[in-house]
Amino acid sequence: MTEIPNPNQILDVDPLMMDLLLDHYKHPHNFGPLPGADIVHEEGNPSCGDQMRMALKTHDGLIQDIKFEGKGCIISQAAASILTDLMKGESLERVKEFTKDDMLENLGIPIGPMRLKCALLALKVLKSGVYGQAHWPGEEEDE
Amino acid sequence: MTESALRVAPNGFDVEAVRRDFPILERRVHDHPLIYMDNAATTQRPRQVVDAMVSYFTEYNANIHRAIHTLGYEATVAYEDAHKKVARFINAKSWREIVFVRNATEALNLVAMSWGQANLRAGDEVVVSLMEHHSDIVPWQMLRDRLGIVLKFIPVTPQGTLDLEAARRLITTRTRLVGLVHASNVLGVINPVEEIRAMAKEVGALLLLDGAQSIPHLPVDVQALGCDFFVASGHKMLGPTGIGFLYGRKALLQEMPPFLTGGDMIATVTTEGATWNELPWKFEAGTSAIAEGIGLGAAVDYLSSIGMGNVYQYEKELEHYTLERLNNCPWLTLYGHLAGDHLAVFSFNVEGAHPHDAANLLDRFAIAVRSGHHCAQPLMTHLGMDNTLRASLYLYNTRAEVEVLLGALQEVRKLLVR
Repeated sequence: MTEIPNPNQILDVDPLMMDLLLDHYKHPHNFGPLPGADIVHEEGNPSCGDQMRMALKTHDGLIQDIKFEGKGCIISQAAASILTDLMKGESLERVKEFTKDDMLENLGIPIGPMRLKCALLALKVLKSGVYGQAHWPGEEEDE
Repeated sequence: MTESALRVAPNGFDVEAVRRDFPILERRVHDHPLIYMDNAATTQRPRQVVDAMVSYFTEYNANIHRAIHTLGYEATVAYEDAHKKVARFINAKSWREIVFVRNATEALNLVAMSWGQANLRAGDEVVVSLMEHHSDIVPWQMLRDRLGIVLKFIPVTPQGTLDLEAARRLITTRTRLVGLVHASNVLGVINPVEEIRAMAKEVGALLLLDGAQSIPHLPVDVQALGCDFFVASGHKMLGPTGIGFLYGRKALLQEMPPFLTGGDMIATVTTEGATWNELPWKFEAGTSAIAEGIGLGAAVDYLSSIGMGNVYQYEKELEHYTLERLNNCPWLTLYGHLAGDHLAVFSFNVEGAHPHDAANLLDRFAIAVRSGHHCAQPLMTHLGMDNTLRASLYLYNTRAEVEVLLGALQEVRKLLVR
């Protein structure tokens, strides 16, 4: 009645499985604790149980180092890995300017509505930490 | 019933004949045949149900109870008949004990807000289990905050069964109602109603059963179960969404105040007040979900034509088969299924793979499963469970589909495990 499909076909058709994201997931960049951090923020995504902590070392409004910790799915973990790469060495102002669309664009795959929260968890945690509040301006827009 | 359902032998079960009644099972997803294993969330509908609803819309669409004309009469008879079909299906004494509501959640809210509000006083106890769906927890928490009642939870053993010893301690002379999920939507375990009923009756407490997961899969006889209330959702038993029912013993329903008020639920209204309509209409305010009610009646007809004993037997075999296959995968963590009787509902994780990713990948094989906390967070916390994948099977699933699931899970493991 049914045959088991060839997994390689699935790799080809499923953008989720793109090598880049899988690589970020299996070998995340900037992962681990950051002793001496001056901005630390942690939040979860209750719908999937994911938890993420962002830690930043800043000086004169510049991000000298940034690391994340937590557990989650490919999309949330890869997003954190990519986002921390992008923000290292940037200014806190740059974090504030960085939009949801910027985040999605940097993931490089189409994100459906069911996985949007996964894709944006890292940005939410980082922005909340930088703004020092649970919700940043414009967070609820077009959700 | 239609010809294909009649082809099912009285003491046999022809899964291929059943499958032909579900047009959606011909669907392909990502170029693979659909394997639908999310039945604890909602089931598919056989064409008999769809046809019954279409026939209402195209042949006798009218509002019920008010119109004198032919269409109004036909619609009223069909809608009342649906209540009678449900009453026969669960062996209620009278069809007037069947109240149509939107779903099991609304039925539970009805009991809490109508019976609970009128009968519970500060210090009275309501005992539920930790296995409850959120819908049998949150309405009681609202009442607790409003009335000062005490809400207690029967814990679950590490084997994933109800802790009956603890239940014996928790159900006391102050207990007014025990609310129990008949079968768990997470663990699939079928709870020992008889034992809990005995404990409830001993202290004079009412017994409410949440049958949303049980009634689709096993024969239900409310008189034999000895429950005072029984709730269910149509869409989990082959019927449409937007319709479910509350069964309540007539004496209880008669004493209970209305839940929602307004049209159709009154006998008379003056500027001073109103008197209530007879059962079950007292609890069905406003224009009902007529087509959906008729659809639920057709779903009950369909299940009855196959025979719930046959459904149960077939699914039992499928459950044993699937359990054995899952237990053969050391890289898979299965929750529960260690003791007691179970539905073919399996919560599990592929070690090292996030359930959302796994579900995403399974979808590429056209396998529909659920991932998440399954609206039972207290249970998951209690058992130390993370979010899980859940495969919930029904009468149209096959062993061949279980094999495809197993093969796909192997691929999940190869791709996702770090």
